[in-house]
Formats: sequence, C-alpha cells, structure tokens
Amino acid sequence: MSNSSVLDLSAGAFLLAAVLIVWRRQLTAIVRLLAWQGVALTVLVFAEAARGHDAALLGVGFAVFGLRALLLPWLLARAADGPERRESEPLVNTTASLLVTAVLVVVAYAVSRPLVAVDPTPAIQAVPAAFAVVLIAVFIMVSRRRAVSQAVGFLLLDNGIAATAFLITAGVPLVVELGASLDVLFAVLVLGVLTGRMRRVFGGTDLDQLRELRG
Amino acid sequence: MSLVLVALFAPVVVAAVAAVTGWRRAVGYATVAAALVILACGAALAAQTASTARIYAGGLLRVDGLTVTMLIVIGAVAAIAAAASIGYLDAEFAAGHTTVRRAHAYAVLLPAFVAAMTLAVLANNLGVMWVAIEATTIATAFLVGHHPSRAALEATWKYVVICSVGIALAFLGTVVLNFGGRHAGISAGQSLRLDSLVGHAGQLDPAVTHLAAGLLLLGYGAKVGLVPFHTWLADAHSQAPAPVSALMSGVLLPVAFCALLRVKTVADAALGNGFFRNGLLTVGLLTVAVAAFMLVVQTDVKRMLAYSSMENMGLLALAAAAGTRLAIAALLLHVLAHGLGKAVLFLAAGQLQMAHGSTAIADIGAVIGRSKLLAVALGVGLAVLLGMPPFAMFASELSMARGLAGAHLAWSLAVALALLVIAFAALVRNGARLLLGTPAGDPPAIVIPATTVAALVAGVCACLLLGITAGPLAGVFHAAADVLGAVR
Repeated sequence: MSNSSVLDLSAGAFLLAAVLIVWRRQLTAIVRLLAWQGVALTVLVFAEAARGHDAALLGVGFAVFGLRALLLPWLLARAADGPERRESEPLVNTTASLLVTAVLVVVAYAVSRPLVAVDPTPAIQAVPAAFAVVLIAVFIMVSRRRAVSQAVGFLLLDNGIAATAFLITAGVPLVVELGASLDVLFAVLVLGVLTGRMRRVFGGTDLDQLRELRG
Repeated sequence: MSLVLVALFAPVVVAAVAAVTGWRRAVGYATVAAALVILACGAALAAQTASTARIYAGGLLRVDGLTVTMLIVIGAVAAIAAAASIGYLDAEFAAGHTTVRRAHAYAVLLPAFVAAMTLAVLANNLGVMWVAIEATTIATAFLVGHHPSRAALEATWKYVVICSVGIALAFLGTVVLNFGGRHAGISAGQSLRLDSLVGHAGQLDPAVTHLAAGLLLLGYGAKVGLVPFHTWLADAHSQAPAPVSALMSGVLLPVAFCALLRVKTVADAALGNGFFRNGLLTVGLLTVAVAAFMLVVQTDVKRMLAYSSMENMGLLALAAAAGTRLAIAALLLHVLAHGLGKAVLFLAAGQLQMAHGSTAIADIGAVIGRSKLLAVALGVGLAVLLGMPPFAMFASELSMARGLAGAHLAWSLAVALALLVIAFAALVRNGARLLLGTPAGDPPAIVIPATTVAALVAGVCACLLLGITAGPLAGVFHAAADVLGAVR
C-alpha cells in the first residue's frame, strides 16, 4: 500500500470515529471509539514520519499512541464510571445529529480551502477531515447534557487539532507539542475531578443541574 | 537575561516549596515576595527598554515595552492578592470553610498561576504563549472552585469548558499560522517566532493568515471575556475567592489581551490593518454593550465588578482597533489603572462577603458608617472605574477617545461613549447603595485581617500614585507602541 493511501485511510478512519461518536449514546462505547481514533491518529503520524524519513516524528508517534489511544481514554473511562452510563435524552436526536454532522463536513471542506490551495500535497488534502472533526467536536459539546460527554467533545476537539498540526506541518516545534500535550492531559484530569465532585454534590452529572448562576 | 529568568523562576520556586510544605503563613509571605520580585524586575527592565524587542533563550523569550508593562501589572496586583490571600485563608480556616488539603492546593496554585502569566507575557514564540495561557486555565480551575459550594462547582465547570474550547481554537489558529510561516520561507522551529513572523509578513499567504487570525481572535477572545464566549466571566469571578478574582480580573484578562495584541501585530503586518481592526471593533463594541446592560440589572456586588471588567476589556479592544501610538499608550495605562483599582474593589467586596455571608447589594449597605477602610477602598476603587481625576483611568479613557477620533473611528467612539454613560450611571447607583444605603436588618460587624488591611492600603496608595505620576512610564508605553507596529 502506498504511503499516501495509508494517509488517506487513516484520515478517513479518524473522521469515521468522530461520526460514530455522534451516533452512539453508550458512554463506554464512546470511550472505546475515542481510543480507536487515537490509533488512527498514530497511524497518520507514522505515515507522515515515513514520508519525511523523520526519526523524531516517529518518536512523537509513539507518544501520541500512549497519550491519545491509551492514557486519555482510560482517564475518561474512569470519570465515566458512575451509575449513569448512557447519555440521557440528548438535546438533538440521532438522525438530526447525523445530518448536522454531514453539513459540518461540507463546511470543513469550504473553510480549509485556502490551506489546500497553498500546498496541494496528499497530507494537506486530508486536512479537511481533521477540520471536520474539530467542528463535530464543538457540536457534541453544545448538544450533549452529561459532563462526561462534554469531556469527550473536548478530547475529540483536541484530536482534531493535533491531526491538523501533524498533517499541515508535520507537527509544531517539539517544545510546543510537549507543552500542548501536557496541558491537555491536565485539562482532562481537571474535568475528571470536577465530574467526580459533581456526582457527589449534585448526585449526578446532568449539566441541566447547572443553572444556579445567571444574570 | 538574568532578570528575565529571576522573574520567571521566583514564583515557580515558591510553588515547588508550597507543594512540599503545604499551606503555611510563611508560604503566603513568600508568594508576596515572589510577586514583588517580578515587580522589581519589571521596573529594572523598564529602565533599559528600547523601541525594539530583545530576544532570549534561542528565540523563546522576549522583552519589550509590552512585556515590561505587563510584568509591572502582574507583580503589583499579585503582591496585593497574595497578601490578602493570607487573611482569606486564615478566615476560611476559622470559619471551617476550607480543609488542609484545599488550602494546600491554593498555596501551590496561586504562585503557579502567577508563573504561567509571567511566561505568557515573556513569550516570543506563539506556541509557548499558547501553552502558558492554557496553563493559567488549569492553574485557576481549582482556585475558582476553592469554595465547596454548588455554585462554585457550576462556575468552575463553565469556566474550564468554555475557556478550554476557546483556547483550543486559538491552538488551531497557531497551527495554521505555523503552516503559513513555513510557506513564507521561515525555517522549521522558527516559524512561530513573533519576530520571524513579523519579518516575513510580506510572504505570508493572505487567505491562510485570515483563517489563522480569525481563529486566534475568537480563541484568545474567549479568555479575555469578549463576546461571544463571555458567559463564563461573571460566574467565575463571582464564585472565586476574592484574591483570586482580583488576580483574574486585574491581570489574567489583560494577559490574554496581550496575546491578541501580539497576533494583531502579525496580522496587521501581513494583511494591512483593516481585517483585525474590524474584528476588534465588532467584538469590542458588542462586549461593551453586553457589559453595560448587564451592569444596569445587576444586584450582586461581585458580578457587578465582573461585568465592569468585561466592559473595560471591550474598551481595550476598541483602543487596540484604533492602533495609534496614543491609543496603545492609553491602552497600557488603562490596563495598569484597571488592574490596581479592580484588585482593591474585589478585596473590599470579599471582606463584605465574609462579614455578611452574601454578595447581594441589598443585603450590604451603609459601609461608610461601619468600616472607614472599606469605605475608602470602595470609594477609591469606584472613582478609578468611573474615570474620575486624579486617577489614571481619567487620562487613559480621554486618550483612548482621542485615539479613536484620530483613527477616523468617530462613529464607534460615539456608540462607545453612549454605552459608557449607561455603565457609569449603573456603577454610581450601585456604589451609592453599597456605601450609603440602609442594610436589611442588623448589619454584622466587619473584621478585616491585618494582611488584608495592608493589601488594601497598598492598593489604594498605588492607585493614587499612578494617577498623580504616570509620567515615568510614558517611555515604556511608547516603546511598546513601536514594537506593536502602531501608526504614528
């Protein structure tokens, strides 16, 4: 299989995982999909590393696998480990959500046109898929009511941005990549702790309970 | 270089020590000392500031007029907030509102928060700046949620989620700009450096830069509290402990605004000054409008202060949009004056909250007859916010208005002035009710801890000093305006 078809395949799998997350309601299934998305991202980084014969990027690929396919999904699974394992009635039903997702993918292609215009290599041509994941993630964050679902949306958003970074410039400088990964890790830890507190204080993680502060 | 490293590592060292020892009053004093070190470094660097930036640490750090001004703001407000934190935690322990574990987290996170802000203003690399600003969100999450109440938890959740999403968009913008930089011929590893980006601005692809600048404006705008991601601001500021609110409102919002100024420099150099100016004008006016109308209906003292911060951030956006030398100098003076005034007000409001167990303006009242110090602090703070002479905001707001007029933005000046009048009236009404109004029932006695007294007195003196003699800082402000590419 040629290098660019591996790249296209992994970018496709990456987007597919996001769409499936929109479709599924079971939190454990969603976390598993997120881990698979981490694997797709790893393959994508390896393909980029092979194309540029970049040993450092190969190392980054292993770090990406450890963080996004193993550690972050595991942390999320721990936070989701409560009495409510399903997304309770979502604000937008499944069919409508999938339609919105389709529209968002089209929008992503429109938005990322300037990037493709500057440098139409196979890697850049896969960027719209990563942008689509970013938009889908934002949609998940505004349309779901469980605290854990919002954390899922945040991780999805972050995966989309990381994929964009690897596709368009084979990653940002290493210092920045390290700092960014650490920040994301801490952010997920913070969200995990807050979910636990919420369960203790409110007896659940339904975000509709958060309506004391207004005006 | 050594001064830069001292300013950067002083709070880091205190955070590390606090991690080992837990909360001690000595740790509180050490945090004050670290803040004063930052202030001293800022002052020492101010004496050497030139109109070009000096680059350190292989291009990761820089010192210029903007950096120096922000170091002074961070140091001054952090010293006041750290001193008040000692009194705050003492009182919380006495009232049984906090535990040893929570106080331990507070002791570590406060200096860590200050360190992250210091790194953010010293960064020359847009990626490092992003990492530092995201680190402030993480450090402040548990500071905002220090109080174990439902409302504080709600505020923390909204704060972390909204700011993380905003900041994630800013990272996407950074990545896209990195791509633009690489294709403008900047070598790998250098393509996020501010100086390289400005130097190669002519070769940046306009369409790519538009996309990046738009994402960065939205993303960092969330952290500044600009519309449309402003909804976290009042909740977080009203639920956080008063010293933390003081730091967030007085320093964190302007630090995030600095990020916007840096992005604006790159965007203006690449695209001409139309694109970012229009973006800033739009969000700035909308922000001032939302804040002014929320001020009118506000019945809670801390939320009132939060919306006033939002209003002032909107004004900064307008001044940045004007972009003349005068407007940029006014912007920086405004940051300094607002930071000090707001810190004093939040600390005073925190004492009222502690005495009354409430922040509703209707529950408080007649402060003037019960505590001379709080009455003076509230009076001075409100006078600063209202732009009364002799305080510095009088000069900064007048200069901003002249800057806007000079940049041919008279129509937005007119809209902004109308909104400011509304905000002014709302602040005067609520301020009068706080100071003179009749309290409901029998008002409790107001007891102020010694360190908080010191913090309030220092803050009031600093406000006065800045108002009477901001002259020595003019050179720094103009150096900053040059670095930011201000039109002469």
